[in-house]
Amino acid sequence: MATPIQNHLKASIIAGLVAMVLAVPFIGLYTVSTDQGLVVQTRWPWVLWSGLIVLGGSLAIALVRDVLAARRAAKPKLAAGTKPKRDDALTAKLSKGFAIGITLFAITLPFMPFSDRYIMDVGTTVLIYVLLGMGLNVTVGLAGLLDLGFVAFYAIGAYSFAILSTTLGWGFWVCLPLSGLIAALFGALLSMPILRLRGDYLAIVTLGFGEITRIVILNWQSFTGGPAGISGIPRPSLFGLSFDRRPPDGLTSFHEVTGISFATEHRLMFLYMIALTLVLAAAWVIKRLRALPIGRAWEALREDEIACRSLGINPVASKVSAYAVGGMLGGFAGCFFAARQGFVSPESFTFMESALILAIVVLGGLGSQIGVVIAALFIVLLPEVGREFADFRMIVFGIAMIAIMVWRPGGLLSQRVPTIRLSSQKGDAA
Amino acid sequence: MNAPLLSVTGLTMRFGGLVAVDGVNLTAETNQITALIGPNGAGKTTIFNCLTGFYKPTSGELTLNRPDHAPVSLQSLPGYQVSRHGVVRTFQNIRLFPRMTVLENLLVAQHVGLMKKAAFGVAGLIGLKGWRAAEKEAIDRARFWIERLDLTSVADEEAGNLSYGVQRRVEIARAMNTNPLLLCLDEPAAGLNPKETGVLGELLQGIREQFGIGILLIEHDMGLVMGISDRIHVVEYGRKIAEGTPEQIRSDERVIKAYLGEPDEEELPAIVAEDVAGQEGGRA
Repeated sequence: MATPIQNHLKASIIAGLVAMVLAVPFIGLYTVSTDQGLVVQTRWPWVLWSGLIVLGGSLAIALVRDVLAARRAAKPKLAAGTKPKRDDALTAKLSKGFAIGITLFAITLPFMPFSDRYIMDVGTTVLIYVLLGMGLNVTVGLAGLLDLGFVAFYAIGAYSFAILSTTLGWGFWVCLPLSGLIAALFGALLSMPILRLRGDYLAIVTLGFGEITRIVILNWQSFTGGPAGISGIPRPSLFGLSFDRRPPDGLTSFHEVTGISFATEHRLMFLYMIALTLVLAAAWVIKRLRALPIGRAWEALREDEIACRSLGINPVASKVSAYAVGGMLGGFAGCFFAARQGFVSPESFTFMESALILAIVVLGGLGSQIGVVIAALFIVLLPEVGREFADFRMIVFGIAMIAIMVWRPGGLLSQRVPTIRLSSQKGDAA
Repeated sequence: MNAPLLSVTGLTMRFGGLVAVDGVNLTAETNQITALIGPNGAGKTTIFNCLTGFYKPTSGELTLNRPDHAPVSLQSLPGYQVSRHGVVRTFQNIRLFPRMTVLENLLVAQHVGLMKKAAFGVAGLIGLKGWRAAEKEAIDRARFWIERLDLTSVADEEAGNLSYGVQRRVEIARAMNTNPLLLCLDEPAAGLNPKETGVLGELLQGIREQFGIGILLIEHDMGLVMGISDRIHVVEYGRKIAEGTPEQIRSDERVIKAYLGEPDEEELPAIVAEDVAGQEGGRA
């Protein structure tokens, strides 16, 4: 009878042979350009090596697995039927503590001695994605309505500000709410044709909406500037104080008024603070909304639309409001993005962005705000950290994503925190 | 005499060529338990679906006579508005919001009233006094039903994690949180053990006595139906075949026929009779 080792060896040899066959076209043959044109050359030792590496690797994995399985078997098992009880009060407390901690960290970050332009810049990017993630989280996480074209609201917000500021000369603070409103309007419009759709069909239509928005922007030269985009978008000001070295007409600059010597860092810090304020405001509003009838109706809609109807909840109103609120947050993020870059072009609003935002929401755990923050940190920082790997960083990114989904299929924070607890409510006597 | 709480006249529901419900008349009174019984596939749930706005009936009148309100034609309302007029239902295969807690489930049921009090979110967002009072009132109502249906220990649990019998109780509590005039229960005893069924019967009678609402009940558990119903309607193949008090229904020949088939062998359809005879012959 074959021992486990023999079995593993057999499987590994087969894996090595398969790898060698695959390696022939991928590794064994390569082209060199010579005077006679492109010439195919061979490197057979590499093929042998790749086979050996796969053989050794597969054997090692099998052996490690055996060891782990043996160790697990040695552990005392829990009695049948008693699954370890989750302590959701503890989870709630932990996530609350984490929320406070990360907020404090985010507020103090600009004033830390180690913070520099790079950290401020990356921090602002993280915050934009947190805001986008929170917006999409309303539609996908709370109301359970898939949206693969969320970038459209981001684009609409950005272009609203770009066009309003360059044609009418309106400033950031006037345009911020307007951009949100315009994006919310488009969210409501989008929700109309998809009221009856679900699942795959919903995915296709929202995907289309995202692409249509980008293509319209790309082709409507006279209005959006087409592929060239819009430049010269004014930067945000602080109560009329500009952060530019030479303030535009009619504004005085921050460094002149305060007497602090001019530094670009101040502008970056200021942008960071605006983004942080937007994120905190959004987090607070969503937290409140979840405990209001409108937010409960969203979650109920995600859980069971038919039961919703039987209780007198108008599913149309719930869906429209979910898309509108989600879109509005996307619009805010877009407006801020345009103000930060000073330039918008259709390239910033590709499907890749939608996918990233959706990845943030799914990775973080649908419906969880803290999850969105963690996932946004992860998604934005990982490629930054991986810069040294240069070409391989998308591979590292992909592997990390797969690892998380295998390890925590429901997202990092998959547990839903109830909006209210009977045990913490005062009784009738109160 | 007062008009009945609910009167259904000539209700017909066709799906293509199939006539699921054919000219059914029935009434449900306030402060009464009305049962709707019949063999599987008789069209009971279809009647419920028409009544509660999930289907638009092919023809027929569904009139709800609300006190202090003009009569409401249920068939002409958008589906989600039926419960706003006081007709609320439960489902044969329970439909709770599984990942929300029991308390949240009951608060969702009070959505319509709370939404107005929250001024569609605005007052609630800034936490105005009026909203907080309304919210407290809603929680108190939910608490009342949680205690009434013995759900206190599971009030903060996710509804999807509860056992079947408990989920049934949550669904009734949720329906009662909409403040209904007519509570429509689709097989509330399905999957319950005899003891739980007994408790359910007492609960329904208690609700009727305490709140004076009408209860319309689809049920296969004849013990429960005969025990608590004030009036019973029997449907078969989409038609109503009998109506009366439990005593009258128990002795009604058509009902017995519908449930047990024809009593005598010679009245079996010819082909079945042959079959039966053939089997007996083979055995002999």
